[in-house]
Amino acid sequence: MAKRSLEPMLWLLFSAGGVVSALLVPILVLLLGIAFPLGWLSAPNYEHLFAIVRHPLTRVALFGICVLSLFHGAHRFRFTLYDGLQIKHLNELINLFCYGGAIVLSLWAGYLLWAVP
Amino acid sequence: MSEHLRDHPAEHPGYTEYHPRWLRRRPSTYWWLERRAYVSFITRELSSIFIAWFIVYLLLFIRAVSRGDASYQQFLAWSRHPVVLVLNVVTFLFVVFHAFTWFNLAPKAMVVHVGGKPLPASVISASNYAAWVAATAFVVWLLLGG
Amino acid sequence: MPDRITMQVTRYRPEEESGESVQEYEVPCSKDWVVLDGLNYIKDRLDGSLSYRWSCRMGVCGSCGMTVNGEPKLTCETFLSEYGSGPVRVEPLKNFPVIRDLVVEIGDFMRKLVMVKPWMIRDQEKPVSEGEYLQTPNELDEYKQFSMCINCMLCYSACPIYGLEPGFIGPAAIALAQRYNLDSRDEGSAERLDVLSEHDGIWGCTFVGECTEVCPKHVDPAGAIQRYKLTAALAGLKSFVLPRSAR
Repeated sequence: MAKRSLEPMLWLLFSAGGVVSALLVPILVLLLGIAFPLGWLSAPNYEHLFAIVRHPLTRVALFGICVLSLFHGAHRFRFTLYDGLQIKHLNELINLFCYGGAIVLSLWAGYLLWAVP
Repeated sequence: MSEHLRDHPAEHPGYTEYHPRWLRRRPSTYWWLERRAYVSFITRELSSIFIAWFIVYLLLFIRAVSRGDASYQQFLAWSRHPVVLVLNVVTFLFVVFHAFTWFNLAPKAMVVHVGGKPLPASVISASNYAAWVAATAFVVWLLLGG
Repeated sequence: MPDRITMQVTRYRPEEESGESVQEYEVPCSKDWVVLDGLNYIKDRLDGSLSYRWSCRMGVCGSCGMTVNGEPKLTCETFLSEYGSGPVRVEPLKNFPVIRDLVVEIGDFMRKLVMVKPWMIRDQEKPVSEGEYLQTPNELDEYKQFSMCINCMLCYSACPIYGLEPGFIGPAAIALAQRYNLDSRDEGSAERLDVLSEHDGIWGCTFVGECTEVCPKHVDPAGAIQRYKLTAALAGLKSFVLPRSAR
């Protein structure tokens, strides 16, 4: 049996997150972060947006997007810290910060999405 | 000589007990600036920070929408603040860079066999891009039309 | 094209000095001369004390890898005329300890290569009387690219992770493991998985991709590694979800 290491699982999460974030995040940033605030295009009216957000399918999809993208970012950033700054000796701290952060934000995402009225 | 070396190592700094001392060169802290390929690599890796920021922004957006129209309008106003806007523009650039590099490199990990022969990488890349266009179109339809 | 070109060669003589120094030599520059020809000229006519490795001088033995103007290259395949009027800086291969001048210590690579078991592993050897192993051209194409590796270690020199991470097995060794994993005659994937899937084995790789860029034989070790990450990760998932069927 291969030595039980978390690395392969973390890499799978990273890969899944990479696919999801590559497919969906660009357009979401463009619309939610730039186009809607600036009023380009006819931004959806509030009722339409709210109806989409509260739909159970959307909530599940959004949760998936958030969790996977967060773990993707956490995994990549962890290796950037190891290799870019060469601070591997702090690896427990780095892991805690990266994956811990991803877990905390995922929990917040879960709460927010569950609590949509 | 080897006895003298063993008993007085300080007098032979160029030698260990068994062979001349090898020169070990450590990578510099700024190794990632040494080649264009490394700079491009680190830029791609830094996109991870912006992905994390966007998820936070998305969650704030969802929270604002959950709290009613007034709170949503307030959130949009906050997003117009130059700092937030610039951050989101930069995020957009990094995230697009991530998407392009990801779709170009993904075929290396996934070798799909059809009829005994692997599909060429260009086919897998093209289907990735097609999926990207489809996903983008779906989100636009959902949010703007629907 | 100039007649003569300056070569700036790194010297390291442990019995005389504790660090590196650079020595300049002027060598003739003809359009068919490679960097190795320049080094041989230096050794034959100018300075017999220069130490470096070379053998086949035609790009198949993998001995003459050095850093030329910052890039890992096989000196027998790199033409002096590529560098215009020069100077041409020749340094030992990066990421390896230097024994002397341009000669590097490759013991780490040799140990890691053996660790991945780059040979045919079978549960049962087929006796000679039963004939040869048969393989279709498609089966050959699966691993042929990875079998082209000449162990020149330019990929190790280009890989920043290998320089930073002592436990990382490295591009060539993983590509060679894949050469056997993907060979239809081999049955050793599970054995190699144990070695490669260890924490630092392959997981240190962040797909910088420089190893593939510098490979003189177009082996594409980066592709081999990413492909193996998927295989190893799925195998790990399977053994987690169905522990008994994995063994």
